[in-house]
Amino acid sequence: MSEAREQVLGAVRRSLRRGDTAETLAAASAATGRIAEHRRNLIPARADLPRAEQIALFETWAVQQAASVARVPDAAAVPGALAAFLKAENLPAEIRMAPDPELEALPWRDQPMLTVTKGPARESDAVSLTGALAGIAETGTLMLHSGPAGPTSLNFLPETHVIVLPAERVVASYEDGWDMLRARFGEGFLPRTVNFITGPSRTGDIEQTIQLGAHGPRRLHIILVGADAEGERG
Amino acid sequence: MESSARAFKENARAAVADPQLKRALSHVKEGFIGKRAKAAAKLPEFEVLRDAARDIKNHTLDHLDLYLEHYERKVTEAGGQVHWCPTAEDARRAVLEICRAAGARTVTKGKSMIAEEIALNDHLEANGITPVETDLGEYIIQLRGETPSHIIAPAVHLTKDLIEADFRAHHTALPPERPLSEPRQLVNEAREVLRDKYLAADVGITGANFLVAETGTSVIVTNEGNGDLTQVLPRVHIVVASLEKIVPTLEDVSTILRVLARSATGQECSTYTTFSTGPKRAEDPDGPDQYHVILLDNGRSSMLGGEFQDMLRCIRCGACMNHCPVYHAIGGHAYGWVYPGPMGAVLTPSLIGIEEAGHLPSASTFCGRCESVCPMRIPLPKMMRHWREREFERHLSPTGARAGLALWAFFAKRPALYHFVTGMAAPVLAALGRGRFRRLPLAGGWTAHRDMPAPEGRTFRQLWAGHRQGGSR
Repeated sequence: MSEAREQVLGAVRRSLRRGDTAETLAAASAATGRIAEHRRNLIPARADLPRAEQIALFETWAVQQAASVARVPDAAAVPGALAAFLKAENLPAEIRMAPDPELEALPWRDQPMLTVTKGPARESDAVSLTGALAGIAETGTLMLHSGPAGPTSLNFLPETHVIVLPAERVVASYEDGWDMLRARFGEGFLPRTVNFITGPSRTGDIEQTIQLGAHGPRRLHIILVGADAEGERG
Repeated sequence: MESSARAFKENARAAVADPQLKRALSHVKEGFIGKRAKAAAKLPEFEVLRDAARDIKNHTLDHLDLYLEHYERKVTEAGGQVHWCPTAEDARRAVLEICRAAGARTVTKGKSMIAEEIALNDHLEANGITPVETDLGEYIIQLRGETPSHIIAPAVHLTKDLIEADFRAHHTALPPERPLSEPRQLVNEAREVLRDKYLAADVGITGANFLVAETGTSVIVTNEGNGDLTQVLPRVHIVVASLEKIVPTLEDVSTILRVLARSATGQECSTYTTFSTGPKRAEDPDGPDQYHVILLDNGRSSMLGGEFQDMLRCIRCGACMNHCPVYHAIGGHAYGWVYPGPMGAVLTPSLIGIEEAGHLPSASTFCGRCESVCPMRIPLPKMMRHWREREFERHLSPTGARAGLALWAFFAKRPALYHFVTGMAAPVLAALGRGRFRRLPLAGGWTAHRDMPAPEGRTFRQLWAGHRQGGSR
């Protein structure tokens, strides 16, 4: 195996005309420097907006990509909003929830008709509920990551995926999201899975006509918490 | 994959004569071009982002050995394993060994052009392991025993009637009278059929759009979610990727993502972009126990540092073929190997040899649309010209073409003689042709499909001289 490694790397080095020279050392420091700095490249200006407009942009793009969004004033209103969504969509009052302390802390007792179980998705689960690390205003994208509080299967197996997003986690760009992850996990480390999710699953593979619900969720619903208050922060 | 690129001319002739293919290909022209243009127009920074994306990849390729080493170190730190594979054969063997060690009987697969390049499915099947394609387009062509005809829309050569017939023929457990004429019904049926396959698979294989050196991460960009079910449910996740997929940092990958989806499908952002790093962690409730990366060279290292290095910037968006008049006319299969369209016309000779793929760089009108839409600003027409030159230098072009070029070169090197002869020939041809020639000796290949306009009596240089003197003619 290491023979193959030397074969491939040796061929790359020969093509790049690497020698034991100052030039090679300079190249090495350019590469390590770029990784250590992870400098931002040009970021589109579209999401560089006051908070209220930035949150509105997130919603606009999410809806444009066929997600639905419901605003609620605070976390206590989430179970009610979820129950209302399930009813409106004619879905069973049963959810599979991520074992996420933030979601566990919500007042589920207010919705006695709702059955809540926790853990990774099972084949029979129709609706999942997860949190999210960030909402990216630039394209209406949600950023989620795996971990004890976030089984990845919940994002893909059930037909309906509901995401609770506190409005203060709406950021402008993907790069802002990476900085949040670096703050949490350290430089150069990622959890097993980071998902960017923009709307529900779709395919254009049959005659280039877009159909929703190819293999992943048919519906993506975002419960946006405290957007009005966050927007007033300017 | 076996190549039929030598038979390009026959392939193309058959493709042009296929009315079903023509109907299916009309969706390429109608769909992709307008969507890309709209998406590009909605982002004022789009053109500058193309420059930035090009610069990132140029830098990466110039430092590829260093980023590969960093990448491998990070994969290993995260508990994964990198398998270096100089050739397709090495890659097939590595995948099979992992599958065998896992006791795998069935394997689910996300879309991967590298898996096509190394003909992975045939190899697994020959060794008693059943590969199941889960991308809808790939699933359809697997049922048909075909290869993809487009790098992002593998079944673009098929109409829905054909797909309906395939589903009816293969999904025999379902009621025969079920309605299945709408795309929605076909999508739902594939969804139901594939559900069980995801849950039963022992190994999941995906490709990679990018490999991030900073974190040892593989990235897939998809719309269906099949690639995610493929990698989260089985015990083993294998990534098959070629070495030029490396980018240095998460910031760099973010920049390239902004031009990828817009160039490919005209989306602001693909539905799912998934970053995978190592196997599941001790405290993770789900995810694979093993994470392997098959890192394939297969001829790419020898493209570095030469006139085809720019081709390694390619991010496989498909914009070049979506905008190519030749691709619109003949589809992808006629190109005879894994990669069709303009990117294939450049890449295929690099990977399997100009002797095998000499026709492909000639299958171009040099209209330049491919280069004008390429998000990575790859000079595709220029590189096709490089291949034509090499083909000529190595005496691979047909005798007739060589003789014609030699004759032309003889005159072109002697401007006075050239001027004299063309000055004599132009009025003669004008008199003979009466506007156009239906047939020309030695140019039958041209006149078989269209007329050759006849000269109007004076050469360009004569007209230009007259123009300079103030008279229009």
